[in-house]
This record gives sequence, C-alpha cells and structure tokens, in this order.
Amino acid sequence: MKGKSSKAAAVGSAAAQLTRAQKLELYYWMRMTRTLEERLVALYRQTKVVGGLFRSLGQEADAVGACYALERRDIMSPLIRNMGAMLVKGATPVEILKQYMAKGDSPTRGRELNIHFGDTERGFIGQISPLGDMVPVMAGVTMTFKMRGQDRVGLVFVGDGATSTGAFHEGINFAAVQKLPLVVVVENNGYAYSTPTHKQTAAAQFVDKAIGYGVYGEQADGNDVLAVYDVTKRAVDRARAGGGVSLIELMTYRRKGHAEHDSQSYVPEGEIERWAAENDPFDRCAAMLRDREGVSPDEIAAIDARVHQEIDAATDIAEASPPPEALDALIGVYGEPAAEKPLWFREGGAALTEHERAQGWGTYDTGHV
Amino acid sequence: MAEITYLEAIREALFEEMARDENVFMLGEDIGAFGGAFKVTEGLLAKYGEARVIDSPISEIAIVGAAAGAGHMGMRPVVEMQFIDFLANAYDMLTNYVATARYRAFLPCPMVVRGPSGGYVRGGPFHSQNPEAGFIHTPGLKVVYPATAEDAKGLMKAAIRDDDCVLFFEHKYLYRRIKGVMPAGDHVVPIGKARTARGGEDLSIITYAATVHKAVEAAEQLQREDGLSVEVIDLRTLAPLDDQAIFDTVKKTNRVLIVHEDTRTGGIAGEITARINESCFAYLDAPVLRVTAHDIPLPYAPPLEDFVLPQVPDIVLAARRLAAW
Repeated sequence: MKGKSSKAAAVGSAAAQLTRAQKLELYYWMRMTRTLEERLVALYRQTKVVGGLFRSLGQEADAVGACYALERRDIMSPLIRNMGAMLVKGATPVEILKQYMAKGDSPTRGRELNIHFGDTERGFIGQISPLGDMVPVMAGVTMTFKMRGQDRVGLVFVGDGATSTGAFHEGINFAAVQKLPLVVVVENNGYAYSTPTHKQTAAAQFVDKAIGYGVYGEQADGNDVLAVYDVTKRAVDRARAGGGVSLIELMTYRRKGHAEHDSQSYVPEGEIERWAAENDPFDRCAAMLRDREGVSPDEIAAIDARVHQEIDAATDIAEASPPPEALDALIGVYGEPAAEKPLWFREGGAALTEHERAQGWGTYDTGHV
Repeated sequence: MAEITYLEAIREALFEEMARDENVFMLGEDIGAFGGAFKVTEGLLAKYGEARVIDSPISEIAIVGAAAGAGHMGMRPVVEMQFIDFLANAYDMLTNYVATARYRAFLPCPMVVRGPSGGYVRGGPFHSQNPEAGFIHTPGLKVVYPATAEDAKGLMKAAIRDDDCVLFFEHKYLYRRIKGVMPAGDHVVPIGKARTARGGEDLSIITYAATVHKAVEAAEQLQREDGLSVEVIDLRTLAPLDDQAIFDTVKKTNRVLIVHEDTRTGGIAGEITARINESCFAYLDAPVLRVTAHDIPLPYAPPLEDFVLPQVPDIVLAARRLAAW
C-alpha cells in the first residue's frame, strides 16, 4: 500500500503462478547457496580462503526468492548475505571460489574480497563495505532505465543495520522523489554485527519507514521462499509499471556470526538452535516441495548430488588457478593513464639518479639560462 | 568573438556538451528552474528539459551515488555541489565508492562533480573552502581547478568527456571577475597539463586557481621594483599533477615558491615540494618556500579573512626572500 506499511497475505497470486519446475529451481539455488558456503568453510579451515568468510545460513530464501522475481534484463545489487541472489543472476561457483581464494583470474583479479564483484551484463553490481551506499548507486542505475525509457527494474538488498545510514536515507528518498523503478529489500536478520535490531532503530518495524518516504511498504516471512518471491514480484511488477519505489522487509534470522571469526557471544542462549530447529528456510522449502508438489526424496537427492558435483568441479578449477601477478596491482586505477608507474624503490633507483645534476651543487648553469 | 566571464565559459561548455552527447545530464540542488545558486546552469532546463536537468533533494550522498550508478550504465552525469564545501557530505561516496569502482570492479564512473570553491568572497567557514587536498590524496579521482575563462571552458569539456570521475573546482571569486575570448571551435583543454601563465628566468611560482592572478600581479610588481624575472606556472590540473612542467620550471629558475589558497598542513604544496626534492634536489639553489592560507577555518570578517588567506604582498615578500637566498 502506498504510504502505508502492511503485512503481506500468506502466499499471493504471484507465487501461485510458479510452476513445479520453477519451485524445484528455487530449491536448487538454495541448495547451491548452502552447500557452496559449506565448501567455503572447509577451504577457510584449510587456510585457502585469504580473508574473512561470510555466511547466509538461515537466510537463503531471502536472497534466492527475491532475486528470482527479477527478469534477466533487471539489475540487482546484493549484500554480503546475498550470495544466493548472485547465483540466481548468473554468478558461478567457480567465480565465487576464486574470489575468496584471491586468485589472479577471479572476477576482480584479486582486488576485492569475497562476493564483492559484479557484472552489469548478467545484471548484478557488486557491493562495497560501507553499508547503504548501494541504495544511491542503484537509484542512479534505475534513473538511467527511466531516462532511456527501458523496461527494466533495479533491486537493492540492505540489512537492518544499513537502514541507519545516511546513504540509505538519501538514496531511498531520492529514488522515491524521482519515482524510480527500484525495489529496496531490507533483510531483517536480527543483528548488525553484534548489534541487535532494538539498538538500531526505535521504529516498531522497518517496514514502517516506508510511510515516511512515501513509498510502498510490505513485510514478509523471509524464511518462506514463496512468500519472499511473492512480495518481491509484486514490488517488481509495480516498479516496472511505473509505480515507483517499494520497501520490503523480510523477517529472517542470522544463524552464523557476522563472519566466521565471530563467536556470537552476544546472542541469547538457545536462540540460534531454536531457529535452526523450528524455522530453517531450507527445510521449509523441502517440506513445501514434498507436501504441496509431491516431489519425491529421489528427486531431491538428485538435485543435491548435482549441486555437489558442480561445486566439486568448481573447487578443482578454482584451486588450480594462480594468484595474481604483483605488477597487475598498478593497472586500471584510471581509464587514462591505463597503468601507474612503480615507485623508484621498486625499479632499483634508476628513476631517481637520472635527475641528478651533472654540474653539481650551487650553479645556475643548467643549459636553460 | 566577444569576451565572456569564467562563469559563462563554464555554462557554454555545459550547453555544448549537452548538445554533443545525449548521455550528458545535470543533477543538483536548485539547478533547474532556479538555474543554480550562482546561475551556472541557467537556461539549461529551458533548452534540455526536466529529464536532463534534474533538481535533486538536499542529498549530496544520493546525487553523487546516483551519478556513479548512471555512469556505470553509460551516462555522463554532471553533478553540482551548491558549494564545494559540501563535497565533505559525499566524502564516503566519492572516496570509497566512486574512486575505487574502476579498479576493484571495472565499473567506470564517467562523471563530473563541479561547484563553486574558494575564498576572498566573505563567505565564511562553509562557503569558502578549498578541500581539494583530501581528494588529490585519493587514487581514482581527477581534480581540476582552472584560473582562466578559456581553461574553465576547455577543462569542463575535457572533464565531461573523461572516462573517470573529475572533481571540477570553480573559483567563485573568478566567476564574474575574469573574462576571456573563447577559442573558436571545439575548445578542449587536456587534463593533466599545466600552463605557463607568465614566463620568467629568476624564480618560479607554482600555483593554481585564484592565486594564479595574485602571483602574476606579484610577478609584475617584482619586475617593476626589483628587476626580477618571475615565472608563474598555473597547474590547472591537481590530479594527476604535471610533474614534467614542475620539474622543467625548477631546472630553469632553480628557485621555487608554491602558492595556494588551501590551508598549509597537508596542502598540495607539501606534495609538490616532496616531488621536487626527490627528482630535482640538485637543481635547487634555495629551499622551496610556501605561501598558503593559515591552518584556520576560514573566517567571515574582512580583516580576518584577508589575514588568513595569501595576498599579493605575502607573495612578493616570499619571492624576495627566495631571490636573496
């Protein structure tokens, strides 16, 4: 509802139109997300992951379900727990593995960490670490769609923490005023690093912020992949039809720490276990397929096996890739010049001595005068 | 061709580039119907319409970020900061997002962030700043700061055509005080090239923006009163610095004074001095001297502002000291 926040109906018409095959595809992407992250944990423990590792355990339905509502021509910007959305948009396991292992032929050639990468052709733009910044950037992307009269939509993921930033506020307000075809997904997973939601905002719920911005607001069960798809599809359709910005709050729970190093000492005892036992998006998706679509255990097992096989093959390729060449660090800060020069102490001092004055100290005789 | 002001020269560049390339558009606060706080964008809305001349909310983060996003998609946005002091509001977006985008993600940001800069206008602490040093320090950004009307036009056209983000500082003291005759045709001044504002043999003043005019005035006084031949180098582009032009003038005169309106500590004069030390120390017959603003937030009252900012007598004094070394 415009200017009003509302809870979405259980499962609406958009999700009802999904075919059995499409629902199996949703399962495939969720399976891929979870299993690929488990593989990354194994590589992390072998010290093959160079930096930190970020999990989306328990949030896979948000990333996959929301991104599944986009068309190929649409553009999405993920957050650190939206690897699943990137997979749906065409990022490959081998790219993600190479990124984490800082390989020379990774999508960023070893310049950026983890899933901070993108491809505008496939329709995803990589995030940066300062949170909220992608909201203004995606406002600019969708402003271009509007200026060019293109039938394209943008979707940007943020977390509960990012809603406290100036960039989030300025970006969604700007997009709202310009009536841009942008969907802002606020993934409320209970924690921003160690900070619980109640220390992030005094609002009763994030979806209420839609009222202040004059945009559509809807909230959905983020652990129900069909509900996520449904609420997002409605917002995407509305944006495509010229209805402007929507703010969607997806209610979920972060079962792992901010990153692998995080002990989660700040989480009340039993909270994580309760979510894992009672409200796991992956279990719920599997149950939905079994109970509502009559999917057999064999069919599920076949998908699981396919995912494992793909990740094994990707791991072999990624591990065999070489690290970047050091001099590659100097390339591409600007379009022009194409590369920076190494500093003199990396060139054996030649650059310094060539400027020495032959005549020595204290004379004006330089040939110029 | 008639003379036009520095401000009109910038406007002329904007009109010409919008006509040349439909991907060029304007984004900023009060730039459309009102024509901008200084009227730089006046007339653009009437000619190009609301789709290409966009009045924005007071949101520097949003307009810089949106320009980056549009740039990724092939547009060439020109963003106005109502005062360049407000670049600070967009500092994260410029330094963390825009400056790194090409390097970390191969995403170009062909955008210009332009706005009125500088003091000598009784603007007080938030309408007089010269915050260029913070951005020169950031790899991935280009920074230009013209001193003449001809360069204001030619550099603006180059900035709009550049495939990276260019911060375009417009000195508001020069807006209506400086005039020039625009060269005929498609007048583009390359980014990264300094200009010899005045030739000389005895010592060099390296400077940019409004202090170019103060340096030239000082040089004429020194010629008249001391018989000194002073060369004045107008950097025009601050990132990337034209090292060759700097080293050439050092080797020619062997005495260097660097003048800027920005504050002293961490200002670009320190960087230029370091480069001269590293690359042509043996050509120096005297230490490199600086005349800069004091390290003070810029005050409003004329006696205070005049004291804090570099003036012609300060430059003359420093040049005499340098010549007598």
